[in-house]
Amino acid sequence: MKHTISVLVENHFGVLARVVGLFSARGFNIDSLAVGETHDPTVSRMTIVVHGDDRIVEQIIKQLNKLIDVIKVEDLSQGEIIDRELVLVKVKADTAVRNEVMQIVNTFRAKIVDVNPESLAIEVTGGESKIDAMLELLAPFQILETVRTGLIALARRKALEAPPQYPQQKKDTQKAKTRAGASGKRVNVTK
Amino acid sequence: MKLTGAQILIKCLEKEGVEYVFGLPGGAILPTFDALYDSKLKFILVRHEQGATHMADGYARATGRTGVCLVTSGPGATNTVTGLATAFMDSVPVVCITGQVATHAIGSDAFQEADVVGITRPVTKHNYLVKDVKDLARIVREAFYIAKTGRPGPVLIDFPVDVSRAEMEFEWPENIYIRSYDPSPADSTDLSKAQIEKAAKAIMESKRPCLYVGGGAVVSGAHTEILELVEKTGIPITTTVLGLGVFPETHPSSLRMLGMHGTHYANYSVQNSDLLIAVGARFDDRVTGKIDKFAPHAKIIHADIDPASISKVVKVHYPIIGDIKPILKALNGLVGDLRPQMKDWLAQIEAWKKKHPLKYDQSGDQIRQEYVIEKIGELTKHKAVVTTGVGQHQMWTAQWYGFTKPRSMITSGGLGTMGYGFPSSIGAKLGRPDETVICIDGDGSFQMTLCELATAAYYKVGVKVFIMDNAHHGMVRQWQELFYRRRYSGCELGPSNPNFTKVAEGFGILAIRVEEKGQVIPAIEKALAHEGPVLVHVLVAKEDNVYPMVPAGHALDQVMDMA
Repeated sequence: MKHTISVLVENHFGVLARVVGLFSARGFNIDSLAVGETHDPTVSRMTIVVHGDDRIVEQIIKQLNKLIDVIKVEDLSQGEIIDRELVLVKVKADTAVRNEVMQIVNTFRAKIVDVNPESLAIEVTGGESKIDAMLELLAPFQILETVRTGLIALARRKALEAPPQYPQQKKDTQKAKTRAGASGKRVNVTK
Repeated sequence: MKLTGAQILIKCLEKEGVEYVFGLPGGAILPTFDALYDSKLKFILVRHEQGATHMADGYARATGRTGVCLVTSGPGATNTVTGLATAFMDSVPVVCITGQVATHAIGSDAFQEADVVGITRPVTKHNYLVKDVKDLARIVREAFYIAKTGRPGPVLIDFPVDVSRAEMEFEWPENIYIRSYDPSPADSTDLSKAQIEKAAKAIMESKRPCLYVGGGAVVSGAHTEILELVEKTGIPITTTVLGLGVFPETHPSSLRMLGMHGTHYANYSVQNSDLLIAVGARFDDRVTGKIDKFAPHAKIIHADIDPASISKVVKVHYPIIGDIKPILKALNGLVGDLRPQMKDWLAQIEAWKKKHPLKYDQSGDQIRQEYVIEKIGELTKHKAVVTTGVGQHQMWTAQWYGFTKPRSMITSGGLGTMGYGFPSSIGAKLGRPDETVICIDGDGSFQMTLCELATAAYYKVGVKVFIMDNAHHGMVRQWQELFYRRRYSGCELGPSNPNFTKVAEGFGILAIRVEEKGQVIPAIEKALAHEGPVLVHVLVAKEDNVYPMVPAGHALDQVMDMA
């Protein structure tokens, strides 16, 4: 089954390798992976799409939770989600077929971002099914190159809990209110 | 006053209460060794870095404190990988500090450079590369905190040489805070209380319950709670190899060890139970046998601190996440005497015990390992700290020593690291100097790390090493005999084994050779009476098999035994 996993992590070097290592160690191929900073610059969000046995994916999610640098993990496949991907496609399109291609582009509310005598570059965003449908229609014209950002996704209704902030960060942001339900604990290990 | 990174590191180790540092110097860690020269930390120079990690690991298992090793970059660091993986599999708190080339040289294939953080990522609980001396004290503090809390494990700190030379004002971080790390996720929450109540109800309703206790109970220090639970309810109890000693095997409720080389009655009890109460155990394949035939009639309670252990292998009906000790404390308040309703069950178990006791062939002149181990157990009153290598001698030790105290069986259960026994005994003896520490080793295992004889001799570490020399990789030979038509491929050691007593004498260690059965007891007595390290070389039966045995891939009650 397909799983879309959203992971909030510390924005450090080496974290991506730790996360990816859990998949590769089990022989899983990651279908797509998108990483970027969140509105909190100390936190990054990874969206990982992977096909695999539910039990193994559940185990990977538990192992992800155990990584010290991972703040939150959620399998978005459980509920309704908004997912988007951006794709750039270069299609062979001389003057004879250009109109036909442009019609497809319009139908999918995509954009032409570059025009050459022999080809068109198209930008399209959307969910998986829309992008697949459009690529299928463009295929007969000969696709020269494709690049995809990888899927990014958010749960529709509820938000992933905001990560607790570090004391220093709290001082920095004057309005730092204590966030409801923050799970991080202050730990005093003085002997 | 400004301190160098190296001085800060040593200061942090002192502040963490470290007693011993096991290691071996080299180029990239020299500034740290220079700082160590002025320190009151006791340094143990090993002969090979793998030995340092096993010593730190043995020290940690014997004492419950965190073991520390300090080695150089490149090969020094890569030599620690086996030791780290061993500690990781068995959840042992170890902090390993490795030197690294200067930060500007990282990635340039510099001399003695290796991507140690990359190499050790899958075999550590966490690891760090210190890129700035400003982060150093916090990282050391976090490393010790992470190693020791939750499900413990090894943490590695990769320490570049330029960072060890950089200077800054030292400030000890009293409090640390890791927002993404919560070592006991469900501790004392209402959720776990509710789960404990449900589990207690299931226990009170069961007719054929069985306790299955693993190393997590040892780590949690829950032996008194376990004894209370068993005595209050009368539930029979079996332990894994890492759980040995957490419950006295001399107790009538003990079923001893379960699994591949467990007792008949432990395995039958698990298989026929209607409720299996797993405590700090992780359903390893050597314990469960064929998974879909494991405990087929049982509902399963699983108490563990690691949420990832729950339902990883078998489906759990009553998960309880948290530290074992408080969980059992709470549980003990909710359960009562089950003996009346278990009458038939206990009678059945007694019948199994009578019909299938642990046994070995006592006839003949050959020295059996079971005999030697049984005698070591008797002569140490089942109270010594025992370490082992991996193989037949390890399983026989588990079966025949008769463990009665927690933290007394120190063995590589998860990774199965041959060569673990001897160095770990050195760490254990340093950690518990007033107790008898015995290493029961095989001729194969011992030769993997025997260079540490120099360490034991130099520091006068009084470990008693018993080498069960059967001239083979015995467990390999046993499998080849049983499953590979006696085609003994690559398992014979006899023709090339050294004269072990001469080897020991060469290192300045008292050596005793035992060739006949009658010499066994005097040799054990002599070894125990000797102050310093002793090596006892016992020539044991060459072709002897460990029974009972559940062949891999079989159900736990499909037991092979000797004719």
